[in-house]
Amino acid sequence: MALVRINGLHKHFGSNHVLKGIDLDIEEGQVIALIGRSGSGKSTLLRTINGLETFEQGEIEVDGEHLHPRDTDLRALRQKVGMIFQQFNLFPHLSVGRNVMLATQVVKKIGEKEAEDIARTMLLKVGLLEKFDAYPDQLSGGQQQRVAIARALAMQPRVLLCDEITSALDPELVNEVLAVVKTLAAEGMTLIMVTHEMRFAREVGDKLVFMHHGRIHESGDPQQLFANPQTPELANFIGSIN
Amino acid sequence: MNDISTWDIVRNLLDGALWTIGLSLTAFVLGGIAGLALLFARIAKHSIPRFLAKGYIEVFQGTPLLMQLFIIFFGSSLLGLEISPWIAAALGLTLFTSAYLGEIWRGCVESVPKGQWEASASLALTHFEQMRHVILPQAMRIAIAPTVGFSVQVVKGTAVTSIIGFVELTKTGSMLANATFQPFMVFGCVALGYFALCYPLSAYSRYLERNIHGSRAH
Amino acid sequence: MAYTFDFASVLDYSDALLAGTVKTLALTAVGTVFGLGIGILGAVSRAWKLSPFDRIFAVYVELIRNTPFLVQLFFIFFGLPALGLQLNEWQAAILAMVINLGAYSTEIIRSGIEATPRGQIEAAESLAMTRAQVFRHVVLPPALLKVWPSICSQVVIVMLGSSVCSQIAAEELTFAANFIQSRNFRAFETYFVVTAMYFLLAIAVRQAMVQAGQRLIARRKK
Repeated sequence: MALVRINGLHKHFGSNHVLKGIDLDIEEGQVIALIGRSGSGKSTLLRTINGLETFEQGEIEVDGEHLHPRDTDLRALRQKVGMIFQQFNLFPHLSVGRNVMLATQVVKKIGEKEAEDIARTMLLKVGLLEKFDAYPDQLSGGQQQRVAIARALAMQPRVLLCDEITSALDPELVNEVLAVVKTLAAEGMTLIMVTHEMRFAREVGDKLVFMHHGRIHESGDPQQLFANPQTPELANFIGSIN
Repeated sequence: MNDISTWDIVRNLLDGALWTIGLSLTAFVLGGIAGLALLFARIAKHSIPRFLAKGYIEVFQGTPLLMQLFIIFFGSSLLGLEISPWIAAALGLTLFTSAYLGEIWRGCVESVPKGQWEASASLALTHFEQMRHVILPQAMRIAIAPTVGFSVQVVKGTAVTSIIGFVELTKTGSMLANATFQPFMVFGCVALGYFALCYPLSAYSRYLERNIHGSRAH
Repeated sequence: MAYTFDFASVLDYSDALLAGTVKTLALTAVGTVFGLGIGILGAVSRAWKLSPFDRIFAVYVELIRNTPFLVQLFFIFFGLPALGLQLNEWQAAILAMVINLGAYSTEIIRSGIEATPRGQIEAAESLAMTRAQVFRHVVLPPALLKVWPSICSQVVIVMLGSSVCSQIAAEELTFAANFIQSRNFRAFETYFVVTAMYFLLAIAVRQAMVQAGQRLIARRKK
């Protein structure tokens, strides 16, 4: 059974019909690359999966947690779904280590020593153990984003949502972040990534989902879709990126 | 004819100044506590506390402090309570302070970037946990300068309480000016007294504004 | 013994209330016009560091902002006669309001001027405008527009502060309230009604200032 199941999802922003009936199943361990023009609804779709956006119609299920339009157990859901943001959003008043430790202590009620061990493990995984006591403003963008990944991983999520996580980075810093994501993918993490990095999507993605005007327009194997887009919209989109 | 020396005048003014300081501290501390409650009400999920808090703030910011004091002073006797000018002054200035501090602090909380709310929400923190661990620590850093800045308004506000009979620096000055027929000297000293109290606070607030960059813990 | 409210007895004196309101608004209007004038002069002096005015204004601003309005009023009305300057209650009240608003608006307008993007000034100077012309056409209007909300707030604060002018027997709205309650012995009702009137006046004054800003500075006809 799929880890993430989305059925008939509709969302409006006021009178703007942003998601017009999304059906999507994601198996455990899959890496989904969500692409499309700005305004296509891809970020909105991502944000409904962890409840940052509400929806009016349809259903979403993540590892047994149901999301309802009106009432969802967000606390339970968000322990299974992690998110990485374009702007990193590290907590500036806390050290790197404390950033990673915070949620495990406050939400999972893990003791200080154990939380610290988990944090060190995660920071080691993203290659930043030596920055444990540093503060976010002392780090480069790429480093901050890797800390953000460590922070999300500390909660041991089943799914990681990545919202254009390299778009705010200087080009030379993009690779260090993508390298971490590649490792996670190889280890079997389920990833849903809104991204503009087409090369990465082709290399690492198991499935490409192209969104257009609030609908899934085309989806399938990344290599095949890039080589042979079935619809003119996707062809145009690929053309405009190159 | 009274033969009151300059030293007598200064001594009496210092006495009045002590009462000014006492009232200011009382109003600031109690007003701060009430202001914190107002802050939580203002950003609450439910519309009722939000609406009530907003109304409270608009009333206290949109009416003269003198009128607020009069209403408390005369209203209390309607309730059968005989309150002294000190109690009326403390109560009035406390409510006044709470409205302004609550609003200042709300502005500081709202200036914490939205991404901080989203990131902490994504980590499954509850609203209260978000406030306690992520939002308030950052908001407090931003709030220090305007809070110290407002303390100047509190000290200046104590002068109005002289009108309902509370004997602080201004009232003492008025009485002395009448007794000595030297209003220029007396009110000049009164002004200097307030200046001595307020200027350090103003200068400190400006210093804080220049030096707090908002993010670092140290 | 239950207390029965009697608001009607306040409204019996609606003439006095109206007269007081008009006086309060007039006091505020005069104070605003001249206070802003001083504010512009002070802001320019400080922003352009025009010696010795910049230091004079700096001292003036610090003195006014760190002393209570009531004390400034008492000093002008009771203290200045010792120097031979005898003012009646209206002259003293207006002078105090002008001086008070002048200090605050100096700082507010100064911050607006100093926030002018360098590029604006450079563009204007490249068009061969004189310093004064640059100021009048390119610097001042956007600066005022930018800080207009702060100015509106300060005017409302000054209007509410005019309440203490009743203490030197200027017959504005608070003085009317004092007078009424001494006649009808309904202090609470009287002050309650007058407080409500101030609340509405504050809204009205703010609206008027917002409109004035749009008409005079933004040149937008609404």
